[in-house]
Amino acid sequence: MKYVDEFRDREKAETLTRAIAHVVARIERARTRPLQIMEVCGGHTHSIFRYGIEGLLPPEIELVHGPGCPVCVLPMGRVDDAVAIAERPEVIFTTFGDAMRVPGSKKSLLGAKADGADVRMVYSPMDAMGLARKHPDREVVFFGIGFETTMPSTALTILAAEAEKVGNFSVFCNHITIVPTIKAILDSPDLHIDGFLGPGHVSMVIGTAPFVFVASHYRRPLVVAGFEPLDILHAIWMVLLQIETGRAEIENQYARVVPEAGNTPALQAVSSVYELREFFEWRGLGSIDHSGVRIRERYARFDAERKFATPNARIADPKACQCGEVLKGVIKPHQCKVFGTACTPETPLGALMVSSEGACAAYFQYGGGSVRRPPVTSAESLRKRAVLR
Amino acid sequence: MIGRGEVPARKLGRVHARTVTLAHGGGGKAMKDLIDDVFVRVFDEGDIAPLEDQARIPLAELAAGGDRLAFTTDGFVVDPLFFPGGDIGKLAVCGTVNDLAVGGAVPRYLACAFILEEGVLVEVVQRVARSMASAARAAAVRIVTGDTKVVQRGACDKLFITTTGVGIIPRGVDLSVTYARPGDVVMVNGLLGDHGAAILAARGDLALDTPIESDCAALHGIIAALLVAAPRTRCLRDATRGGVATVLNEIAEASAVSIEIDDARTPLRTEVRGFCEILGLDPLYLANEGKFVAVVPEAEAEAALSALRAHPLGRDSVAIGVIRGDEPGRVTMHTVMGGVRIVDMLVGEQLPRIC
Repeated sequence: MKYVDEFRDREKAETLTRAIAHVVARIERARTRPLQIMEVCGGHTHSIFRYGIEGLLPPEIELVHGPGCPVCVLPMGRVDDAVAIAERPEVIFTTFGDAMRVPGSKKSLLGAKADGADVRMVYSPMDAMGLARKHPDREVVFFGIGFETTMPSTALTILAAEAEKVGNFSVFCNHITIVPTIKAILDSPDLHIDGFLGPGHVSMVIGTAPFVFVASHYRRPLVVAGFEPLDILHAIWMVLLQIETGRAEIENQYARVVPEAGNTPALQAVSSVYELREFFEWRGLGSIDHSGVRIRERYARFDAERKFATPNARIADPKACQCGEVLKGVIKPHQCKVFGTACTPETPLGALMVSSEGACAAYFQYGGGSVRRPPVTSAESLRKRAVLR
Repeated sequence: MIGRGEVPARKLGRVHARTVTLAHGGGGKAMKDLIDDVFVRVFDEGDIAPLEDQARIPLAELAAGGDRLAFTTDGFVVDPLFFPGGDIGKLAVCGTVNDLAVGGAVPRYLACAFILEEGVLVEVVQRVARSMASAARAAAVRIVTGDTKVVQRGACDKLFITTTGVGIIPRGVDLSVTYARPGDVVMVNGLLGDHGAAILAARGDLALDTPIESDCAALHGIIAALLVAAPRTRCLRDATRGGVATVLNEIAEASAVSIEIDDARTPLRTEVRGFCEILGLDPLYLANEGKFVAVVPEAEAEAALSALRAHPLGRDSVAIGVIRGDEPGRVTMHTVMGGVRIVDMLVGEQLPRIC
């Protein structure tokens, strides 16, 4: 497949892993403790597990799977609010697929659907607005979640709803912004992260400038990376080169998609529709200042939070959960007390077990850690056997 | 032959209504007319007069075909009813035929039960019944008995079908999901995920215009050819719901072996790959309706693959992996990048990722 297979080339991957091993061998620090590189974005986490990338890296490198899965970090109280809106008889509640399974304190949206709520999966907020036009007697609510990646499409849909005077459409806004969260992680006292893979899709919207503080203030390298396996290996190599030479800079590995300045029309739509909230609750990380957005007063009639009364309760994460420590790289997912026992993808307790992009769910499903070193022998034998050619 | 065949032909009723109503399930004339017109007319092949409450099958005739009866049932609730490459009727026949065939059985007879939602068009039911009849003819099985119920609007989604099948397992054929042994070769009979992708695309809410067709097909012919070429075949399983990944996990667990597959060998149509890339789905978990996983001893693997590839339903057959002895129950995949990952059972439904 064009534009995909080129970025999954095995030989190039081998060249890159050799280059990575050479740089690591030259880094003094790596001899005393593993070098921790955090991939901020859940899309990276997914690729890393899907392609077994951890197994290709030398043991001196530890990938820390960061907070960039918007489904995972959605707090229980917000899911409860979503369920409360969805259960109103006049409402058609529309959502992206993977938000349906996120547990609230009583049930998920999938549970609400089973109990009779009209919850529908859509692939774009514009589809939700289409439903609103089709059902003028109902209230169609779109569950707006995600970072700057999905923010513009929700904003543009609200602008379109205003232009087309669609009165029965609103957004339950849970959009969050990644930059304050990276800062919160960097401020935490038990942090050992040596470098970052920056989020490719978010950067496509916001550009690379918002990450400059990571290098200038915290002296950590950050390389904005694409999502194909070669992108990730390439970006890891770039981070390591910075560490080796003592540099801390913002670099852009994903230049084929990410313009340094971001996407101006998208940013304009975002700033005209949303404003920063004082704080927003993150599952696993707690409340983070200025980390979420809400819909501006001007577009209040498209704001489901204003339109419908919600319980709006803050629900603490289950005590046993160690999501925060996993997110910061203090422990690996399988070292959590409830990993695989009380907390499984079927009945997730913690944020990171919820979506396939969550570090714990990925560990559970793709067996990170336990198959870190591939049994090369059988793979080779597979290829050697004539019958398998 | 079934029945005496001497019964004088009776006059079949006709349906005049455009839609199915509760009266069509009420047991009276309306029901008889519906059954006659929609089902009997297309299913009856001449020598069965459906006047009894059951099909009667001479045991001697069955016993001539083998020494064990295979017996299975399956419900079909697919939405939409008609999709590229098939429809619920063809699926209801092929699905049950395949459940018999992967046990090594020669499929013989089917029973079918219809649940119809009040308001469904009679013409739709007719189309489905005709499709069942033609799929049954193609698979050389006969639909010999059935039942029809009508439920109120909303109590089911247009039309559900349950088919039950019997087949005969020839003497000497012995396949079991517990028989996989280290060193055996794992193969599939063609491109994976077509049915799952076709159904998702046909629902129309993805706004993706794909030319993907369901692979819905009866597999007993190709399986018979495989068993001639590789008589020591250990096990077969059709990779329907949950896809190949689920079947591999079932085999690994039942046989207490591990299975290692190679991502680069996983046969996928470019359209299905692209479809999965866009939606964030894993094709290994997509349903198939004309694909099975076969575990064959290494000594017979080459013969098995040639036999599969010689059959029209197996041209793209490929060995995707091997059985190993370590870590019983575990399925791993060598990724195209040279890494390794676990291929686990799916939890819940595959939901598209948001970004």
